[in-house]
Amino acid sequence: MTTDASIDLDRTAHEHATALRAGDYSARQLAEATLARVRAQEHLNAYITLTEELALAQADAADARIQAGDAGPLTGIPVGVKDLLSTKGIPTSAGSRMLEGYRPVFDCTVVERLQQAGAVVIGKTNLDEFAMGSSNEHSAFGPVRNPWDTSKVPGGSSGGSAATVAARGVPLSLGTDTGGSIRQPAALCGVVGVKPTYGRVSRYGVVAFASSLEQVGPFARDAEDGADLLTAIAGVDPLDSTTAPEPVPDYTEGFERGFEGLRVGVPEQFFAEGLDDGVREAVEAAIGVFEAGGATIDRSVELPATPAALPVYYLIAPSEASANLARYDGVKYGFSFTDGESVDEEMSETRGRGFGDEVKRRIMIGTYALSAGYYDAYYLKAQKVRTLIRREFEAALTDHDLLLTPTAPSVAFGLGEKMDDPYAMYLNDLYTLPVNIAGNPAISTPCGFDQGLPVGLHLVARPFDEATLLRATHAYQAETDWHRQAPAPSN
Amino acid sequence: MALSTDEVRHIARLARIALSDEEVERMRDQLSSILDHFEVLSDIDTDDVPPTAQSFELTNVERADEAGEPIERDLALDGAPRREDGYFRVRAVLD
Repeated sequence: MTTDASIDLDRTAHEHATALRAGDYSARQLAEATLARVRAQEHLNAYITLTEELALAQADAADARIQAGDAGPLTGIPVGVKDLLSTKGIPTSAGSRMLEGYRPVFDCTVVERLQQAGAVVIGKTNLDEFAMGSSNEHSAFGPVRNPWDTSKVPGGSSGGSAATVAARGVPLSLGTDTGGSIRQPAALCGVVGVKPTYGRVSRYGVVAFASSLEQVGPFARDAEDGADLLTAIAGVDPLDSTTAPEPVPDYTEGFERGFEGLRVGVPEQFFAEGLDDGVREAVEAAIGVFEAGGATIDRSVELPATPAALPVYYLIAPSEASANLARYDGVKYGFSFTDGESVDEEMSETRGRGFGDEVKRRIMIGTYALSAGYYDAYYLKAQKVRTLIRREFEAALTDHDLLLTPTAPSVAFGLGEKMDDPYAMYLNDLYTLPVNIAGNPAISTPCGFDQGLPVGLHLVARPFDEATLLRATHAYQAETDWHRQAPAPSN
Repeated sequence: MALSTDEVRHIARLARIALSDEEVERMRDQLSSILDHFEVLSDIDTDDVPPTAQSFELTNVERADEAGEPIERDLALDGAPRREDGYFRVRAVLD
């Protein structure tokens, strides 16, 4: 056994798993070293709550399983969990003042599955309030900082989950993706992020934002780790009737086939106006790697209705949010204004004071879009255009196995830079949110740097074909080392 | 599309969100500008296109009608800002 100080925390989860099974160090030592590391990185503000007591208990249980020869790939592996996922008895804030003091009375399904896999939950990660945002600046707990440059945003909404994996705090974390909230911060922080197919992973116990769009998914440093975490959390859940009955494969299966036979569509429209040159160059170079590896590249793919995905998203997501967030009334739990004269006044004051600006803005948009006289013109229209976008992705992925685009139009931007213009902030998700509208799975993986900051490569696959996403990412990572680059520890 | 101050107050009232005068003004400008971006949708032909409520329509899922273990009452009330005799307490709804 080694001492804690000598555990190499730059290791991936599968490297840790091998070392744990070999007895090089224990899960408890790994948990202690990890907790010390994330405490030393407090300035990143990646965590809202550290779950030390739970982590050490889970680590001891993992050590017992390892001793008994009953260890899986995640047994004893430290994981960060977005603070949107309910954890029994542990504060779950959703990044909002509204849930002040709230402790769920149950675990969400994905956290329960982590527990079954023997993972060690290190803490609850910071996020944009109720997952609404692309910079992590809309958190009641302050912004997360990008480990590559602490004056920059980490992306959002799962900013904490991305930043802690990038900073080598934990090898794995969970986020949620409603319009890009896993893939965009993965790109801006230089890690792998997977948005599974809608219905692939249970949403039970995930604080609801836009129920028809969001999915829980992994952050990791390589495709193999992402595959292992997805395998652990995916599958039917009797507590979420939108989970699909499709069987869950071992997502590392097929990795040995590399780029062989892959037909990749590149929609030129994603490389047009609004894309930074440095990002374009990095993604073009990645296309070259795919081609050299034996993939076929087709640049004739067109998705004519897809530019409408942004307005469609900003109608559907806020509409669903306005209904989902109606539950915060100050009566059952969380923040409550109790000095009013009437039920109405107390409820309105609770919500006016408890919600942050972006959340209020979106509830207002959604309420308007669903209100009498506007429903047909806005919400119903958006749902119809959604059908067109969905059909386009289906058609484009008939003769192609993957679509390839940049993940975000630029690298990480400065803290405060886009806070005054909500629509400019929304443009960050231009390439990612059409995929939530369509429902397909997608991944972001590091593919280079622009101005010293990471660039993300975005791949989209057919529904329930996460295996091809991960296989292509693995093949790309075998030829490149962008995913192995780490930010300076002094950051 | 420019929203009026009254419209913003009406939406806030429907959403049960108390806004300061300053917030109403800011919200009016920001919402109006966001609504402008939605106009492009009206140019898209959606005649005969059915709406999509969620991506991959699943049929209804049912389970056997058997009672499970309920959440214990005290636990459910544990986070309540105000409670009385095992209930959530609110202000009188009717005078």
